[in-house]
Amino acid sequence: MATVDQSKIRNFSIIAHIDHGKSTLADRIIEHTGLLTSREMQEQILDNMDLERERGITIKSQAVRTIYRAKDGEEYVFNLIDTPGHVDFNYEVSRSLAACDGAILVVDAAQGIEAQTLANVYLALDHDLDVFPVINKIDLPSAEPQRVIDEIEDVIGIEAQDAPLISAKNGINIEGVLEQIVEKIPAPTGDPDAPLQALIFDSIYDSYKGVIVFCRLKEGTIRKGTRAKMMATGAVADVVEVGYFGAGQFIPCEELSAGMVGYFTASIKNVKDTRVGDTVTDEANPCAEPLPGYKKVTPMVYCGMYPADGARYNDLRDALEKLQLNDASLQYEPETSVALGFGFRCGFLGLLHLEIIQERLEREYNLDLVTTAPSVIYHVYKLNGDMITLTNPTNLPDPAEIEHMEEPIVSAEIMVTTEYIGAIMQLCQERRGVYIGTEYMEDTRVMIRYDLPLNEIIYDFFDALKSRSRGYASFDYQMKGYEPSRMVKLDILINREEVDALSFIVHADSAYERGRKMCEKLKEEIPRHLFEIPIQAAVGSKIIARETVKAVRKDVLAKCYGGDISRKRKLLEKQKEGKKRMRQIGNVEVPQKAFMSVLKLDDGK
Amino acid sequence: MKRKPLELYIHIPFCKKKCNYCDFLSAPASKPRRQEYMQALMAEIMIWSGAAYDGHEVKSIFIGGGTPSILEPEQIGTLMRMINIYFNVSKSAEITIECNPGMVNKDKLMAYRAEGINRLSIGLQSANDSELAVLGRIHTWADFVATYNLARECGFTNINVDLMSALPGQTLESWTDTLKKVAELNPEHISAYSLIIEEGTPFFARYGELENTDIQPCGKPAVEDKAAEAVTENADGTISAEGAKLITVTDEMAAWPDLPDEETERAMYAATQEILAAYGYNRYEISNYAKKNKECSHNVGYWTGVDYIGLGLGASSLFENARFSNLRDIEIYKEAADKAQLPTDWETVCHLKVESKIEEFMFLGLRMMRGVSRKEFERRFKQPMDAVYGEVIAKYKEMGLLEEVDGWVRLTAKGIDVSNVVLSEFLLDVVYDEPVPEEDDFDVEGALTKAYEEMAAEAGEIPADETEKE
Repeated sequence: MATVDQSKIRNFSIIAHIDHGKSTLADRIIEHTGLLTSREMQEQILDNMDLERERGITIKSQAVRTIYRAKDGEEYVFNLIDTPGHVDFNYEVSRSLAACDGAILVVDAAQGIEAQTLANVYLALDHDLDVFPVINKIDLPSAEPQRVIDEIEDVIGIEAQDAPLISAKNGINIEGVLEQIVEKIPAPTGDPDAPLQALIFDSIYDSYKGVIVFCRLKEGTIRKGTRAKMMATGAVADVVEVGYFGAGQFIPCEELSAGMVGYFTASIKNVKDTRVGDTVTDEANPCAEPLPGYKKVTPMVYCGMYPADGARYNDLRDALEKLQLNDASLQYEPETSVALGFGFRCGFLGLLHLEIIQERLEREYNLDLVTTAPSVIYHVYKLNGDMITLTNPTNLPDPAEIEHMEEPIVSAEIMVTTEYIGAIMQLCQERRGVYIGTEYMEDTRVMIRYDLPLNEIIYDFFDALKSRSRGYASFDYQMKGYEPSRMVKLDILINREEVDALSFIVHADSAYERGRKMCEKLKEEIPRHLFEIPIQAAVGSKIIARETVKAVRKDVLAKCYGGDISRKRKLLEKQKEGKKRMRQIGNVEVPQKAFMSVLKLDDGK
Repeated sequence: MKRKPLELYIHIPFCKKKCNYCDFLSAPASKPRRQEYMQALMAEIMIWSGAAYDGHEVKSIFIGGGTPSILEPEQIGTLMRMINIYFNVSKSAEITIECNPGMVNKDKLMAYRAEGINRLSIGLQSANDSELAVLGRIHTWADFVATYNLARECGFTNINVDLMSALPGQTLESWTDTLKKVAELNPEHISAYSLIIEEGTPFFARYGELENTDIQPCGKPAVEDKAAEAVTENADGTISAEGAKLITVTDEMAAWPDLPDEETERAMYAATQEILAAYGYNRYEISNYAKKNKECSHNVGYWTGVDYIGLGLGASSLFENARFSNLRDIEIYKEAADKAQLPTDWETVCHLKVESKIEEFMFLGLRMMRGVSRKEFERRFKQPMDAVYGEVIAKYKEMGLLEEVDGWVRLTAKGIDVSNVVLSEFLLDVVYDEPVPEEDDFDVEGALTKAYEEMAAEAGEIPADETEKE
């Protein structure tokens, strides 16, 4: 396509708290700009993984380009960059925003501002984006648009009186949004003839084309043949194809120039070479400086993943390899567990990321997995001055060698209506939170700030938060840093044998409680054997909790009437088969799901 | 020429009323329908004759059900005569018929005797009338005593009584009371099983959920498992349509007493052995007790790998190294018989490879109190028992669940209690008994078809409609 007049381009994203209607609005914008007919629209075009649609969340950034004929008679090119909606993917959000010139802030007309609304707005403002609000779900009976408008002005301090009142779901007033995109979002700037400077905001792996790099051109022009250099990773490759984003497809074009959003391919084999946030330049004519803000994403949460069927270890490895092609933030390395055999220690951005990878492995690669309890990364300072970053509890050195340990702390912001302040503060205290402050947003809503150990929120904090606030609390956090803490390793012994896969690190004060719950849970999960099985929790050599699985007393096959031996055999086979699905620990057979059940200790609270 | 021993099991899938624990292939049916079934059964007997007449001698016959005593004496008479015509029945064969208390009279019993039936198996289950009521039995203890005495009067000298422990509301006292009352009557044989809650029964609806059947190896095991996977499997409207799948717990069912707890149940099991021993009964199999030389040879045959042919709906067979079962839908069963075809469900046919035979030798043989003989194992399989099972046997000996006396490996008292767990370890980690593909039909069918053709050629001498004359 011919070069587009820069002043007719609008690069923007939509930011919102989860469930406030971001993806739905994106769909409506695409629909109303005439790129697709309604019939072609599948619900939520931009969320194209099944998992994303099911969960109603955006996992990967996506981009789409549409053409809008505005009321002024001009045609505008809209580049909509959808951002992941979850705190786990905070960095990706920040990079996607960096690729835009403005953002639409979607706020639910009934719920008003939530924690992620604020977090995302601040993120957008940090990137100097022009933000204009849209009030969504105005057709809900509980909608209070004026209250929300006032709240936006009071709390965020951006002009909101002329915010379009819309219903993305029912297509009400989408025109209003489109016109404001033209009016309120600035056109990009940048010199097409300057040295190439482009921001990578995502990349995906395609088995035919290699890595497809999503980028925003800040300066210069990229075309077939450009020798593209990734400034942070140093990778260099010849550009094979450039183009822009149709709905769910890639449309090649001649070149991309400053201000435009698009993609290029260059037969790059590995997404690791094209890190999100990196700057692409022309090796022949490089720009002076990379764009600011690049950082290497590091996993925050680790867990062991093992194939339920040991024979599928190689399948698991291949699957992880393939997933990593598209997700550079996923890390894994082989590990061996006495209880679970061969598997991988995998690193994730957060618990949601972990769950997503787990589900994709199970769904897309048809693997049965046994996952160990997720763990954060501890810093272990040894007496000899060494510091170990501990990702697997089993590797904790002998306590005698440890000088002290540090655990990661996050700064959390919880937004909640005043009636639940007590319940939420109690929860945070239970999770070893350090109270920082409370801020009144308006009469009935407050923002509570706590510093919380990451270790305490990776399990079920979000669920607990929702249940204690009847779903009203919203939550966002940022990594704060490491702080010294009294941590101990809790071991589980089944029939007096330590089960490495069940060990985890816990704060000394919660060890007893956790240990007791673990034992109770395992007692439920482990079938009765021919002998009594003690289940013990221990810190060091000290047993802190114990349960016992009683021995089987009676299990007799009955009458074989009419000579139906096949049935008899089937019963025995079933019994034997049941054993096969178990993990042998010493002479105790432990069902796979026992390893998982310990993740949900707080269930029946 | 030496004939191979053979057993016959004949399934009569009718009863007056289905019991609450019963998942056997059995249901009430009208008289004409019963007669139709008997005719199909006769056809099956004739077909089998071709394959099994010459080389085999029938050592035992068991007419089970259902309630075979629901049939008219003439029907049993025809059945017995047909069997005697179409099979070589040994003069000394043990021939058993099952009956329910109160459902036989002198005429029936005398007719049985006249047809050569020499053993009676009476389904009593409990001597306690309220326990019987919960089971859904339609007789009382008094009915049983009357039937038992009548059987003695009619000259039956070999009688078995079926009993069940672990019944709803049963106590250790009521169980020992049942055992003693029955032992006082001095039957030759007592079968004492522990109740199993089978899927698809009213008992399952009422008690099933309480048990963690999948994982717990101690899930309440099944009492008896006559011909049935589960009644629910069968789409047939007549025989198995007890609405088994959709049983809801009625108020009456909710009022049934609870099952005894595990400790009580175990005490009952232990008491059985003690009490019956005191009355001179020898436990020769996990759940079977007999006076001297009165062991049920038919059942022993099952445990020791004797060939048997199951005749009738859903009945199972072991013949020429293959295990298979008959069709379970009565209409299809009758259809097959009408076309003079074997009513075998070909999908069930499994050839026994040597691994399966080894497994069966062990897990069936260990049900016998005498255990399994190392010598016999070596004779049959040309390798020592320890070459296959050395580890398992050593492990369970160490745990006190197996023991060895004079070259016989057997379950200990403790091993009997948890026999499922022990027996399951004698299954080998191999793939076996894959169903034979249809184009490669196994030789039993071949032999049978051929034999049937021969038989059909002689049909002039043996009128096919003989049964209808009766």
